[in-house]
Amino acid sequence: MRLVVDLNRCQGYAQCAFLAPDVFVMHGEEALMYDPGADETQREQIMRASAACPVQAILVDQVDLAEGALAHVG
Amino acid sequence: MSVDGPTRTFRRQGRVVVVGASLAGLRAAETLREEGFTGALTMIGDEPHGPYDRPPLSKQVLLGKTPADGTALPRRRAIDAEWRLGVAATGLDLTEKRVRLADGQEVGFDRLLIATGTRARPWPRDAEADLDGVFVLRTSDDAARLDQRLAARPRRVLVIGAGFTGSEVASACRERGLEVTVAERGPAPLVGALGGVIGAIAAELQREHGVDLRCCITVTALEGDPAGRLRRAHLSDGTALDVDVAVIALGAMRNTEWLAGSGLGAGPRGVACDAGCRAFDVHGIVTDDIFVAGDVARSPHPLFGYQFLSLEHWGNAVAQAETAAHNMISAGPDRRPHLWVPAFWSAQFGVNIKSVGVPPMGEEIAVTQGSLAEHRFAAAYGFQGRVIAAVSFDHARWIDFYRERIESAAPFPPDFTGVDRPPGGVRPVPADFPDPALPTHGPTVTLSGYSPSDRRVTFTPARA
Repeated sequence: MRLVVDLNRCQGYAQCAFLAPDVFVMHGEEALMYDPGADETQREQIMRASAACPVQAILVDQVDLAEGALAHVG
Repeated sequence: MSVDGPTRTFRRQGRVVVVGASLAGLRAAETLREEGFTGALTMIGDEPHGPYDRPPLSKQVLLGKTPADGTALPRRRAIDAEWRLGVAATGLDLTEKRVRLADGQEVGFDRLLIATGTRARPWPRDAEADLDGVFVLRTSDDAARLDQRLAARPRRVLVIGAGFTGSEVASACRERGLEVTVAERGPAPLVGALGGVIGAIAAELQREHGVDLRCCITVTALEGDPAGRLRRAHLSDGTALDVDVAVIALGAMRNTEWLAGSGLGAGPRGVACDAGCRAFDVHGIVTDDIFVAGDVARSPHPLFGYQFLSLEHWGNAVAQAETAAHNMISAGPDRRPHLWVPAFWSAQFGVNIKSVGVPPMGEEIAVTQGSLAEHRFAAAYGFQGRVIAAVSFDHARWIDFYRERIESAAPFPPDFTGVDRPPGGVRPVPADFPDPALPTHGPTVTLSGYSPSDRRVTFTPARA
């Protein structure tokens, strides 16, 4: 699944790193590193992390990946 | 909201073409659909990939934690577009309202959004740039190649240019346990974006993490072996370095060449537009149907003396794209200005760096919280007696507070008393930006244009 964190908004509360530790990791004291193409098996944890983010900085795909398949080259 | 007849018709059956299929282009397309545009939408992108996120390329991807093709942007909604990927736009005919493509085809439009962004500035000598081992970092393909090379454990990596990209590349190399030399023309890393006071802290960070940082130095030549592989770099102090990899991090160039001769006010500084994202033509007359957003745009900002700002910022691409898209399908009185306050972040050497406002406008800087020595602080920049920008190292929670100070033209030196005040109080010192006439790596903000310096405005954010 695809996700992106608005790191202008992120204030390093680290709720996501507790709720989905395989996807979100604190790097140093407050910088966040995350997997933007996390495995589908992580969906439940990611949705929980997204809901719990105090500044609502986590955007998760709202569209089935199949729509992406409409993108064609040329 | 009042929608006049032509606008209503356009929303229903107009043709919108978006040139640039990256962050700004995608968010604009989503906003068009969100706000009720049901006409034809064509997305044109020169890369073969769908929209993906670039900030992770110099961080997660170079650390080997995320594959380079794993940063596709999430979609806010379906956009029902025709995608023309892997084909660059090569020309614009304003009279016929057509975009010419590299494959010879043309696409007609009623309204156009230009979101072609920037590309990495290449090493100036082609033969040296073509050596195996010389890289730039802008696209996911660039990141894939560089990550692969770093994984092969080169003896030493040379990073040319210590702006944000160069510094993040150096940080990733150290984290991978690779030897890295950073060559910077200016007196310190990040000096163009944040000034010499903060640049000195960035230099300490690099050296504490084992970077061989060399400032006030340029790379005069890259030398290859007979097989065309990079093996040595020559520096302006007469020394040479044995290196297997060189990363050219000399800033970005705006993708405006395809607009040459079109009649639009486009050039190396970007495409000039009004506060509503409508492009200017070469006569300085605003166009009705051509809009601009993202890194390629230059737009006037009332908070900063109405100077034209070109911002290579992720957040600006999103906000400007949303405003441009809204204005594309709105009648005059419903249009709104792009009044986003510049902001960016960087993660390097384990430190979270954030900035808000326009630091290069700052004459003075004052550490307002924490301490420089501990590399944990917030500092405000002052310009003509007001707060014009702020920067934080591992103090991100305070950035919104400083944004409000900037928006309300709060006085500088700061008169607020907060927690975590530095010992010895708040003492402004010169911000120490390099003379803009001297070449250095490009700042992330460039300022130009007409400046009615004593005009005051009340700034209200576009949206809460």
